[in-house]
Amino acid sequence: MKFRQAYWDEPLLNELSRPGRVGTSVPSDPKVASRFADPASLVPASVRRGSVDLPELSELQVLRHFNRLSQMNFSVELGMYPLGSCTMKYNPKVSEALAGADQMKNAHPLQPAETVQGLLSIFYELERSLSEVTGMHRFSLSTAAGAQGELAGVLMIRKYLREHGGAGRDEILVPDSAHGTNPASAAMAGFKVVKIPSDASGQVRASAVRDLCSDRTAGMMFTVPNTLGLFEGEVAEVCQAVHSAGGLMYYDGANMNALLGRARPGDMGFDIVHLNLHKTFATPHGGGGPGAGPVGVAKKLADYLPVPVIAKKKGVYGLDYGLPHTIGPLKGFVGNSAILLRAYVYIRLLGASGLADVSSLAVLAANYLWKSLDPEAFPASQGGGLVRKHEAVVSVKSELPGAALTVAKAILDYGMHAPTVYFPLIVHEALMLEPTESEPVEMLDEYAAALAEIYRGMKDGTLGPVPKNTSVGKIDEVKASHPMTLRVHW
Amino acid sequence: MQRSRARHPLLPNLDESIVSAMLQRAGASSVDDLFSDIPPKLRLKRRLNLPEGGSEYAVRREVQARLAQNKTPPGSLCFLGGGVWPHYVPAAVESITSRQEFYTAYTPYQAEMSQGMLQALFEYQSLMCELLGMEACNSSLYDWASAAGEAVRMAGRVTGRKRVLIAGSAGSQRVDVIRTYTEPMGLQLESVAFDPGRGTLDAADLKKKLSDDVACLYMENPNFFGVIEDQIPGLLEDVHRAGGLAVVGVDPISLSLVREPGACGADVAVGEGQPLGIAMNYGGPHLGIFGVRDIKLARSMPGRLIGITSAVADPNRRAFAMVLQAREQHIRREGATSNVCTNQSLMAVAAASYLSLLGKEGFRRLGETIISNSHYAARRLSRIQGLRSPHFRGAFFKEFAVSYRKAKAEAVYRRLARKGVLAGYPLRRSYGLGAEAGLYCVTEVHTAEDIDRLAEALEGAV
Repeated sequence: MKFRQAYWDEPLLNELSRPGRVGTSVPSDPKVASRFADPASLVPASVRRGSVDLPELSELQVLRHFNRLSQMNFSVELGMYPLGSCTMKYNPKVSEALAGADQMKNAHPLQPAETVQGLLSIFYELERSLSEVTGMHRFSLSTAAGAQGELAGVLMIRKYLREHGGAGRDEILVPDSAHGTNPASAAMAGFKVVKIPSDASGQVRASAVRDLCSDRTAGMMFTVPNTLGLFEGEVAEVCQAVHSAGGLMYYDGANMNALLGRARPGDMGFDIVHLNLHKTFATPHGGGGPGAGPVGVAKKLADYLPVPVIAKKKGVYGLDYGLPHTIGPLKGFVGNSAILLRAYVYIRLLGASGLADVSSLAVLAANYLWKSLDPEAFPASQGGGLVRKHEAVVSVKSELPGAALTVAKAILDYGMHAPTVYFPLIVHEALMLEPTESEPVEMLDEYAAALAEIYRGMKDGTLGPVPKNTSVGKIDEVKASHPMTLRVHW
Repeated sequence: MQRSRARHPLLPNLDESIVSAMLQRAGASSVDDLFSDIPPKLRLKRRLNLPEGGSEYAVRREVQARLAQNKTPPGSLCFLGGGVWPHYVPAAVESITSRQEFYTAYTPYQAEMSQGMLQALFEYQSLMCELLGMEACNSSLYDWASAAGEAVRMAGRVTGRKRVLIAGSAGSQRVDVIRTYTEPMGLQLESVAFDPGRGTLDAADLKKKLSDDVACLYMENPNFFGVIEDQIPGLLEDVHRAGGLAVVGVDPISLSLVREPGACGADVAVGEGQPLGIAMNYGGPHLGIFGVRDIKLARSMPGRLIGITSAVADPNRRAFAMVLQAREQHIRREGATSNVCTNQSLMAVAAASYLSLLGKEGFRRLGETIISNSHYAARRLSRIQGLRSPHFRGAFFKEFAVSYRKAKAEAVYRRLARKGVLAGYPLRRSYGLGAEAGLYCVTEVHTAEDIDRLAEALEGAV
C-alpha cells in the first residue's frame, strides 16, 4: 500500500489568534439583558475575574484547525488497526446516528425516571443481554471504563470479605501476563499484589495458584483468554482453587471478543466480570475514550454492585441507589449512557447468531494472520502449538536492539497501525496482533506481507529510518518527558 | 459458524468460501476446531438467549421509537443542574467531534501517526491551565466526581495525612464518589458546615476542624447550591497554614466571571467539563477536569499527559507525545498513581474546540448572559406565593435553591415534570437546609419566555 499521511505545519491555537474575532454567537434575550447593565458586578468583587485569555478565531479558522489536525490522525475507518488487547473493530454508523438523537443528547440524569422510560428500557435490556452473554446474575452499567469496572470489582471483593469474616485477606493474585490496570486497580483498593508466574506455554496452572493461596488471599484477577491470546485451559480449576482458599474470582473481560456465544465466565466459576463495551461491543474508542466498563456479578454479590443499577418495578423502569451493601458510586450519575446506547444497538444489529459469528470470525482472523507470518522471523515465544483466540503474540527475532519498536514504526509507513508492542511483559520484543472480525481477509494478507517486507529490510540493512510516511518522522519522546512541556504559556 | 448466513455488513469474512480458505491457512478443519482448546464442560452448548439481529433500518426504527418516549428538550424545558447543565453545543463542535479520524482512533500510542489527537489534547491541556490558573492539567478523567476522588487520593498520598475535610455545600454525587475512592486508603471524611443564611462555607467551622493531620479540604465554587464562595482565598490560606492541600471543584463556565481556582490558592482543581460543548447525554460521557498549580505535583498526578517535543531528525519540527508515563499503570503497575487507562479524550477535543470558538470575548459574554438569565429567573420566581427565591442570600452564578413554605420538594419536582418542565431537583435532607427546597439552573439556552413558563408552572405546583 502506498501511503503518505497529511502534514500541515499547523500552528497552535494561540498562535492563530488575533484580537477582535469570535467563532460562535452567544444567545442573549434582550428582554433580560436590558435589565442588567453590568452583569459581572453580580459576582462579589473579592472573587471577580478580569478576563480569560482564550484564543480569538473565526468559526472557519477553528474548523480548519481541527480538521487539519484530524487529517494527521490515523483511525479505524482509514486502515487496519490491529492494536492487541484493544479490539479496534468497526463502529457502526447507525449507532452514532442514534446517539445523536435529541432524546439521548438532551436527557438530564436528574430528570424523573418517568420522563426517561425509553432510554431506561434500553438499559434494562442491555443489562439482561450482558448478563446472558457472560452468564452473570446482574450488571451495573455505571462504570465509565474497563479500569473503573476493575476497581468496582476489587472494591466488591474487599467489602464482601469484610462482611463475611475475611477482613484479614489482603492479597490479590494477578498473573504476570495481566494488563497493568489489574495490579493498579488492586492496589487502589488497598490490596497487596501477588504475581502468578505463567508456565512455559504462557498459561496459568492451577497448581501455581494453589501454591500462592493462603488465608490472606482475597481473590484473583484473571484475563481469559489471556494477553497472549490463549484460552486458559485450567480456568475452572483455578477458580476452584481460589474459592476453596476463601477468595473470590474476578474476570477481566478485555478479551471477551473471543468468546461470545462460545463460553461464559459465569459458567467457568467467576464471581465478578467487567466488559469493555468499547472493545467487544463496538463503541468507538474516541481517540483514547470515552468507553464504558459495566461490571457484572454472581447472585451473592448482587447487593454489592456500584450504584445506580437499573430497576424495573411494576413495568416502570428506574434507577436504584439503594442496594443494601453497595460499594457506593464510582462516577457521578448514571454511567456513560450514550456509550451504553451504542452497545445496545450493536447487540441488536447482530443478535444471538451474529454475536457468535463475531467471535468465530475474530478468532479465525487472529489465527489466520498469525499463520501468515514467517515463524523464523516472528516466532511465538510461548504456546507455539496452541490455537489462538482473539489475538496472537509473536517476538521479532533480531539481533538489533528495539526490534519490535522498529517493526512498529515501519508498518506505519504502509498506512496501517502498529500492533501493541512490548506487551505482555513476559514476551521478548513482543508484537501483539488483534485483527478483529472487521478486517477483510485481503487486509490481513497485506499486513502479513508488509511485516515480511519490513523484516527483510531489517535483515539486509535496507530498511532505513522509519517512519517516513507519517506526518512527522520519529519523535523524540525523551525530550518531551519534562513537566515544563505540558502547556503553552501565552 | 453456528448458522449459515451469507452476508452481514459488519462481517466481511462470513462467506463460506472465505472461511474455508482462511481455515486452511490457519491449519484448522473447522471453526469449531479453533475453539477446541476450551474444555468441553465450559463450552456453551446452546445459542445465546437473545433475539436475532435486525436490519439497520429495523433496529434504528425500534430504538427511535423507544427514545421517543423520553421527555427532553426541545419538547420539554430543562432547568435541572447539579453537576450536569443544559448548555448550547455549537454545530461546529459537533462537526469536529464527528470526525471519524478522531472518534474511531484510540490512545495515541504511535505518536508519529497520531499527531492530530496529540496536538488537540495538548491544546486542551493548555486551555484548561489558562481557564483554571493551573500549571499542569491532564488530558481528561471520566467526570467531575471521579476526578474529585482521584484528587483526594492524591492529597492523601502526597501529604501522608488521614483526615479530609469536605465542604457541606459540595454536591453529594461527588462526595459519595470521593468516599468510594478513598475508603481503602483509610482516609476519614469530615464535613465542614456552611452558613445557613448565605449558603457559603462556614470559615469558623473550617478553622476549628483544621489541624496538622488534615490532608486536604475539598470544596466547590460555585458550590452545589450555586452560591459563589466569596471568601475562598482566605479559606484556602487557612488550609495551607495547616499544611494541607486545597482541592477546588468547579463548573468551568463560571470561570468566565468568577476568579480561577489557581488565583484563589487552590493546589488542585477538578471540575466537570460537560458545559464546554458536550451534551448532557443522561449522565455521560462527560469530561473530568484535573489540574495542579505546582508543577512539582505533576509527577503525582493521575491520567495521561501530553507534552511538546520535536522530531528526532529535525529539532525544529514541533511534535507532540505522551509524557511522564512512568506514573501510569501500563508501566508502573501496582505502583501507578491511578489505574486509569481509557479516559474521555474525545470530550477533551470537544472542550478545546468549544473554548476556541467562544474565545476571549464570547466566553465572557456567555458568562454575562448566564448570570443575567439566572438572576432574572430568581427574581421572577420570587414573585410567587409560598416560596423563597433564592433561598440563600449569597451571590450566585447560574444555579440557585428555592425553598417552599408548604409544598414538598419531591412533589413540586414531579408536578413540574408533568407540565413539561424539568426543574427543581429536590435538595436532599442530608444537606441540612432546614427547609424543603429544589435546585434551579438557568443558562444561555433559556429565554425570558421560557422563564415565564417555568414561573407559571411553579405557581400551580407549590
